[in-house]
Amino acid sequence: MLSPKVQALFDEPACDRNVAKDEKARKKGCSKPLTPGAAAGGCAFDGAKIALQPITDVAHLVHAPLACEGNSWDNRGAGSSGPMLWRTSFTTDLSELDVVMGQGERKLYRAIREIVEAHAPPAIFVYETCVTALVGDDIGAVCRHASEKFATPCIPVHAAGFVGSKNLGNKLAGEALLDHVIGTHEPDDVGPTDVLILGEFNLSGEFWLVKPLLDELGIRVRTCIPGDARYLDVAAAHTVRATMMVCSTALITLARKMEERWGIPWFEGSFYGIADTSEALRRLAGLLVERGADPTLIARTEAVIAREEAVARAALERFRPRLAGKRVLLNTGGVKSWSVVSALMEIGIEIVGTSVKKSTEEDKERIRQIFKDETHAFDGMAPRDLYALLERRDADIMLSGGRTQFIALKARMPWLDINQERVHPYAGYAGMVELVRQIDLALHNPIWDAVRAPSPFDADGRLRAGVSVIGRPEARGTDGGGVSAERANSDVDGAMAGATRSSSPPGGREPEGGRLSDIDADGNRPPAVASECNSPPLASGTGGRVAAAAIGALGAPSTGAVESEIHTSIFRKFAASGDGDQDDC
Amino acid sequence: MPTILPSEKAASVNPLKSSQPLGAAFAFLGIEGSVPLFHGSQGCTSFALVLFVRHFKETIPLQTTAMDEVATIMGGADHLEEAIMNLKTRVKPKLIGICTTALVETRGEDFAGDLALIRARRAEALAGTEVVLANTPDFSGSIEEGWSKAVTALIDGITAPNPTFRDPRRVAILAGPDLTVADLEEIRDTVEAFGLEPTILPDISGSLDGTVPGKWIPVSYGGTPIEAIRSLGECGHCLALGETQRAAAEALSAKCGVPHTMFDTPTGLAAADRFVTALAELSGNPVPARLLRRRSQLADALLDGHFHFGGKKIAIAAEPDLLYRLSTFFVGMGAEIAAAVTTTGTSAILKRIPAETVRVGDFGDLERMAEGCDLIVGHSHARQAAERLAIPLMRVGFPIFDRLGTQHRCHVLWRGTRDLIFEAANLFQAAVPEPTPERLESFRTQEAHHVRRTPSDARAH
Repeated sequence: MLSPKVQALFDEPACDRNVAKDEKARKKGCSKPLTPGAAAGGCAFDGAKIALQPITDVAHLVHAPLACEGNSWDNRGAGSSGPMLWRTSFTTDLSELDVVMGQGERKLYRAIREIVEAHAPPAIFVYETCVTALVGDDIGAVCRHASEKFATPCIPVHAAGFVGSKNLGNKLAGEALLDHVIGTHEPDDVGPTDVLILGEFNLSGEFWLVKPLLDELGIRVRTCIPGDARYLDVAAAHTVRATMMVCSTALITLARKMEERWGIPWFEGSFYGIADTSEALRRLAGLLVERGADPTLIARTEAVIAREEAVARAALERFRPRLAGKRVLLNTGGVKSWSVVSALMEIGIEIVGTSVKKSTEEDKERIRQIFKDETHAFDGMAPRDLYALLERRDADIMLSGGRTQFIALKARMPWLDINQERVHPYAGYAGMVELVRQIDLALHNPIWDAVRAPSPFDADGRLRAGVSVIGRPEARGTDGGGVSAERANSDVDGAMAGATRSSSPPGGREPEGGRLSDIDADGNRPPAVASECNSPPLASGTGGRVAAAAIGALGAPSTGAVESEIHTSIFRKFAASGDGDQDDC
Repeated sequence: MPTILPSEKAASVNPLKSSQPLGAAFAFLGIEGSVPLFHGSQGCTSFALVLFVRHFKETIPLQTTAMDEVATIMGGADHLEEAIMNLKTRVKPKLIGICTTALVETRGEDFAGDLALIRARRAEALAGTEVVLANTPDFSGSIEEGWSKAVTALIDGITAPNPTFRDPRRVAILAGPDLTVADLEEIRDTVEAFGLEPTILPDISGSLDGTVPGKWIPVSYGGTPIEAIRSLGECGHCLALGETQRAAAEALSAKCGVPHTMFDTPTGLAAADRFVTALAELSGNPVPARLLRRRSQLADALLDGHFHFGGKKIAIAAEPDLLYRLSTFFVGMGAEIAAAVTTTGTSAILKRIPAETVRVGDFGDLERMAEGCDLIVGHSHARQAAERLAIPLMRVGFPIFDRLGTQHRCHVLWRGTRDLIFEAANLFQAAVPEPTPERLESFRTQEAHHVRRTPSDARAH
């Protein structure tokens, strides 16, 4: 029942990449087959829910055992200008008994009734999942029956997880809208400048950085799908004059089919980046005028573009001295892989690489144009390789999604979230300035110096060579540097100085001094410490002095030592979780 | 004894539960060099992975057998084998912990049989890697059930039976999913203070405590070593913290004859006393002075803190062990449990929750029951209810994705109970409204109302 639909989705004439395939390759679908034990990413259900959930005034009911909804709800930061029902999680939470006894359909029907009675939503989206598809629950029939009985549209979304990837799920969600929602409501206020923005998710409310410009131009957004959408507006989406498709791979089939069915022209554009935002406004205005809107719209649009670009460029220019020459690694996909690039390059930021794993042929072509070659594009990267690249400091900052966040952070690499869990809005002109501001803040945060300075202690907790706080006479003699407490406080750059500055062995503070004194008082321990310290990498002969110095520190801590203790206390917090913990591995 | 009310709704509203395989994976993550492997479609893994990452702010090794449409019809044994062998080749884990999901369990394959065949066929290639199976369909249980099955499977599959040697200084500590990194560190410190050698199973304090390892590690980087699980039967005694650990403790006793003692809760003065008493008995040592000092600090915290708890109404939603731990804590401080919601109705500890009723349900139920309460206690998903009701929320349990440092909050034994008192009392103090004529007026009429009500009315209310 689902198979013909999926096969039809694998044949997408509007997608260059799809058209380029031969018949056999096309049948295999858009994503590569998954490798068991080496796969990452969401399932079709995940994709379907992502694509529909930001519709704010409906109830989203997941017909499944707990995991599908229970492990995933309330995890994306789309913005709503009013209704909040979409954030309430509904699931049939099927129990073993429900599955074994085949009670799923009845439970689903009762669940729909409970939701209608409690919330009276304009519609309910009902999601099929692996288990309910496998046991053969006919959610289509339940939805049909419930829609009549409760006078509330119940929309079945057939996207069980096992049918494929997240991207396929996006498309299946589009099919559900096309089959059951779009075209079911005829609004009484159709206008010549009504538009549909498709594939805009309004993350962090970022579409509200763009919408005021459209409002100013008299372009009315009938609805975004799905960001901040309301049901009746989506149902009336077939009345718009033009469609802009934002997310290049998610809902392309929906755009094409709306053109076929209702003659709505569409184009692919982006609100990320200055030039792209301007181009999007231009094309929207152009399409509308072609279809009979007031021709002055084009000139007014150009005026708004000129004004906004000037403001944004002036704002960005202020970041040039701080960001010129910084190297950015973009590890995302699709539109973002090229649409923010040109704006970053304009202020002198260097793009050392961009992932094209999720990009279309058109995306890749844009990247080729921007970089003049293909060496900057990479096709996804194993975590281990990405970590190595970041550890080598081949970039100064990585922009990516949450999935690779901790690869960057563990490599002590500045990182900025540009995917769905981010908290900052990056769309439009103001959004681009915000993105650059966030890059600046991330890059120049003082913690990077602290966490990157080598720990004064080796993996076994021994002081590294040359590290001193209280200026041990022995250290002065052998190391030749005379690393005194005063010296340790001075702000010298470089690895050794960093280590020196942050060294804080048995300082004046009581707890640590106390602990060391315990060790010293513990019969054989001090000689043991000494002999261990004699082994490499410490310079020979320094080991015995550690214990001696410790005792010295307890006896009469110099003022210098106490001061440096204070100076380094902030660093120590990080050092404590640094190299010294390697034996945890 | 409370009445346990089963869920009566068809639509779960704002789920409290996380899935059972997630619970099993959670336990496997507390083993050194492990990769949990979900046997299901890749979404099962992706959702759990994202939730773990949001909670721990760490890279989490978690893999999937990536069941597709064909495998769902034809059977998933090949996918299971391919996943195990790919993991073995790519990341060389010491443990692959298989957690089945609803998808494959609904199909109903013989996973144990398949796994035995895979092990036999690939014995050479799999040398040095333990493969353990937990049957954890999503359609039953929650984190605790999955955790319990995983730990029991580790003991069944890895621990050597009938040891010839027993070390009386070695103590097996079976820990639950309700314990944080800081809780486990406190327990370890306390046990070691008596000269005993604890083996904590599972030990997330070694793997999920948030460190910078300095190199890329594709498996869990710390936790209970496999060798320590293998030799677990040599422990002189086993201390099991929480009802969830009973099955594993009994499995260890049956397999190796290690005697075990159950502890319902590690929180509260009496409970901590009981735990420390056991350590003193096992070691034959007196309680070290620095620990005794903590006991005295707790006694003082009880004195300073109790003013803020008396008469307070608490609404708690948590897994059974954590629900028991926190409800006994609050009742022990003079508060009342006005609403208790839990994930599943099977745990024996539920019968001992100090509340009138315990509802098996979700945050929709809690929101309905919590009206008029002074504090909501639950994981981060309680935030919507707390916001709508304008009641302060104390975040506990899993997941906590909107606060930092939750792994380093200690709520066990003397020191942790002390801190828990302070944490809750501070929430109460922050929410004390200024006196106004209106407030006092409603206070006066309420008082009159109270006098008129019979005790049974009060309960019904």
